[in-house]
Amino acid sequence: MKYGMVLGLETHVELSTKTKIFCGCKNDFGGAPNSHCCPICLGHPGTLPKLNKKVLEYAIMAGLATNCEINLTSKIDRKNYVYPDLPKAYQNSQFYSPICKNGYLTLTGGKKIRIKQIHIEEDAGKLIHKNDGLYIDYNRGGVPLIEIVTHPDFESTDEVREYIEKLQLIMRYIGVSNCKMEEGAFRCDVNISVKPLDSNVLGTRTEIKNMNSITFITKAINFEFERQSAILAGGGEVQQETLRFIEQTGKTESMRNKEDAHDYRYFADPDFAKIVKTSQEIEEIKSKIPELPDSKLERYINSGIPEKDALIIIKYKKVSDFFDNSCKMLKNPKIISNFIIGQIFSTLENESKKEEFNVKITPKNLNELAKFVEDGKINMNIAKKTLIKMLETGNSAVEIIPPENLVEITSQELENICKKVILENPKAVEDHKKNKPNAVKSLIGGVMKATSGRANAQESEKILLKIISES
Amino acid sequence: MNKKESVIHFIHGLFKNRKISCDELVKNYIKKINDSKLNAYVKICEQNAQKTAQIVDEKIKNNEEFSPLEGIPMVLKDNISTSGIETTCCSKILKGYVPIYDATAWTILKNQNSVLLGKANCDEFAMGSTNETSCYGSVLNPHDLGRVPGGSSGGCAAAVAGNIAVFGLGSDTGGSVRQPAAFCGIVGLKPTYGAVSRYGLIAYGSSLDQIGPMAPTVTDVSIIFDNIAGHDEKDGTTNVNFISNTQKHLKDDIKGLKIGIPREYFDGIDKDIKVAIENSIKLYQKNGAEVEYFDLPEIKHAVPAYYILVCAEASSNLARFDGIRYGSKIEFYKDINEMICKTRSEGFGREVQRRILLGAYVLSSGFREAYYKKAQKLREMIANAFDRAFEKYDVLITPVAPTTAFPLNFTGNDPIKIYAADICTCPINVAGNPAISVPCGCDSAGLPIGMQIVGKRFGEAKILNVAHQYEILTDFSNYKELETGVKL
Repeated sequence: MKYGMVLGLETHVELSTKTKIFCGCKNDFGGAPNSHCCPICLGHPGTLPKLNKKVLEYAIMAGLATNCEINLTSKIDRKNYVYPDLPKAYQNSQFYSPICKNGYLTLTGGKKIRIKQIHIEEDAGKLIHKNDGLYIDYNRGGVPLIEIVTHPDFESTDEVREYIEKLQLIMRYIGVSNCKMEEGAFRCDVNISVKPLDSNVLGTRTEIKNMNSITFITKAINFEFERQSAILAGGGEVQQETLRFIEQTGKTESMRNKEDAHDYRYFADPDFAKIVKTSQEIEEIKSKIPELPDSKLERYINSGIPEKDALIIIKYKKVSDFFDNSCKMLKNPKIISNFIIGQIFSTLENESKKEEFNVKITPKNLNELAKFVEDGKINMNIAKKTLIKMLETGNSAVEIIPPENLVEITSQELENICKKVILENPKAVEDHKKNKPNAVKSLIGGVMKATSGRANAQESEKILLKIISES
Repeated sequence: MNKKESVIHFIHGLFKNRKISCDELVKNYIKKINDSKLNAYVKICEQNAQKTAQIVDEKIKNNEEFSPLEGIPMVLKDNISTSGIETTCCSKILKGYVPIYDATAWTILKNQNSVLLGKANCDEFAMGSTNETSCYGSVLNPHDLGRVPGGSSGGCAAAVAGNIAVFGLGSDTGGSVRQPAAFCGIVGLKPTYGAVSRYGLIAYGSSLDQIGPMAPTVTDVSIIFDNIAGHDEKDGTTNVNFISNTQKHLKDDIKGLKIGIPREYFDGIDKDIKVAIENSIKLYQKNGAEVEYFDLPEIKHAVPAYYILVCAEASSNLARFDGIRYGSKIEFYKDINEMICKTRSEGFGREVQRRILLGAYVLSSGFREAYYKKAQKLREMIANAFDRAFEKYDVLITPVAPTTAFPLNFTGNDPIKIYAADICTCPINVAGNPAISVPCGCDSAGLPIGMQIVGKRFGEAKILNVAHQYEILTDFSNYKELETGVKL
């Protein structure tokens, strides 16, 4: 029998607010152990949490950017469980009334992945196992998170991958998280069940916890799919349980089964007043959301950028913003996308450098350079060389190109130069007449030399051929 | 300055007129605490107290302005966090825990140079009505050393009644300020939920807890309350707009005051108490108040609803005490689970363990709907019933407790009996309203009786006014004569 997989995702995204969710401690990755802590995030007796307003705003932005409805009133609940990394012995989360619900993301091909809810919660500390005992670092305790929960709408690892990449991109665009998976700022739990392809009845699911790499997520899903399929094929029953993925073996391993599943004894936390937002406040937050990647992609393709290039540009928020700012008043934005993907990217060796997009050139200067090309003042060759110098020095094009070379060559001038080159190179003209292929090229080279490379090669070729044929 | 109206103002006058120095006064108090048999203190802060006294004396010497609370010797219940001073909630599990921050209410008093004499004994984690669940042993009632002072703020009440502190800050979750105030014959206020910051009060039932002043007279309570009440950035449940000025209204005329008397409040109440309250009501009538009896049947649900809610919250609030980060932990253990289990089994007393178990039970899946959810519904119903009553009446008057102070070990190990005794006080916490306990006479054994005046939410000015008017019409203050050590 053929089986299919049914997957749902719970994604934890760390929000990049300046301070933690309930206290004034710095929200920073790293730092000496227990250096970003205070009585509140350490859960000292008698302390009370104070909700960081930015966290709420970021969560609402995330909801709006993923087509969610925003609940105007919501609450913060306590999820009770005992673990040494959780100093209050409960995690503040939203169980009964999350801030966002009923959203979706659209995958290429138009399939919608429904988002059940987005809620805010706090991260826990980190346990560090050493030879001489167990250590706890509470720096991460109280770091704000949103958890984005989907319905079980995925049917393949490809869909999961696309969803994760898209979600990361959106979160980066709206600026609520850096989504660095390697730092644990973006982590996924996967719910997976298997059913016969022709069946509509969902199988028993397992949950694979806390993975922070797309490669591992894919591996874990595939392993779990094979495991569950084998059980079903053998006439067995899949046990509902919580699993962890072991990176070294590539296998999943049971953490706890249904019998010892936690009873979290959720209840509304009396330390918080009800969260109330007005529609007007939501509108204000909405106005802070920039143009999202889907919309940009469509716009770029419509303006003549090849889809392949447009996809590269939108992959990085800063790059796409830079691109938009560089294209002003240009007829042909493709010049800019070529500059970015070609010369500029060649100076940024990895993904995170591209993400940061720390370049010496300004959009205004790049626009000016592209304009020179568009106006025929310089040719592409010169432009590329100039761009490399601009990236090295931070100077503008006019500071690099000698001014006399920036004067536009009129067609009359170009014709005169072509005539002169023909007169000076009778051999090449003869060769051309004998159909020697490189003859025209050498004539064009002559024109270039005479114009310090300013002439447009295609234009020059046209004129040269015309003069030769008329002579 | 009339001592009977305000001991705080009286002492302020003594300082001002150089009748006694703060240092001398504090020394007298420390000596009396050391000589006392009440067991009201679990920690004495002699050095800190003397340091503060010297600062105050310096100000007086230099003729600097100083506020009424400056230099006043006082005590804090041991569940109010004090930076650098051990705070144990009178539980073995927190032995050795020294907070690194101050509770907001204490910060306010500290900034005014109030002199902290020490930390007051109380029931473990404020769970109890007799002060007998404390790991430091029971406090004795200054009126009868064979009786309890009430609880849970029994140490504060006994200290104020025995004049080994001028005033105290207690906490009231189901009656823990008012009942001991009544048992010891002093004044105690349970403020409106959200009037005083809970920041630094070690939580028992977070939706019910309030810090409240305990003092010899209504005026004293009023002075303290006006200082500690108001919005606190650190406590999101405090009212943003509330500014207290109860002192201004103490002298307001009570002619035409509408007093409601809920009939249900007099079922199962000792006869002497009934008579004392009825006499007080008559006195109000004589002085121009309008009195009406009415039915408030909802309060019969208050005790079960209260115990479900408070235990549920306590089970979550007390889960953090695991011995890992602070407090005491057991010495020998195999692994972390055993360490936590043993630390909690040995660190928490019987009553605390009982309430944690009860609370975990009522929140657990399968039982939540039947208990916790239902209790929440009852809570809403009770709060609405009080709201309706206050559409008609300015204040309600009731007893504080069905009996006067119990003999020591009286309740033994019968929790239901002791829970039921919260019937007069806990509905007020469930509803979130303010209420004050004022002395209104003694029973045939000479033990103090308390009268409870309940107000609208944030209506502290009114109940303090009504209480103060009663106080000046009567003289039931059982406050011991102030021994200043100087001839006045």
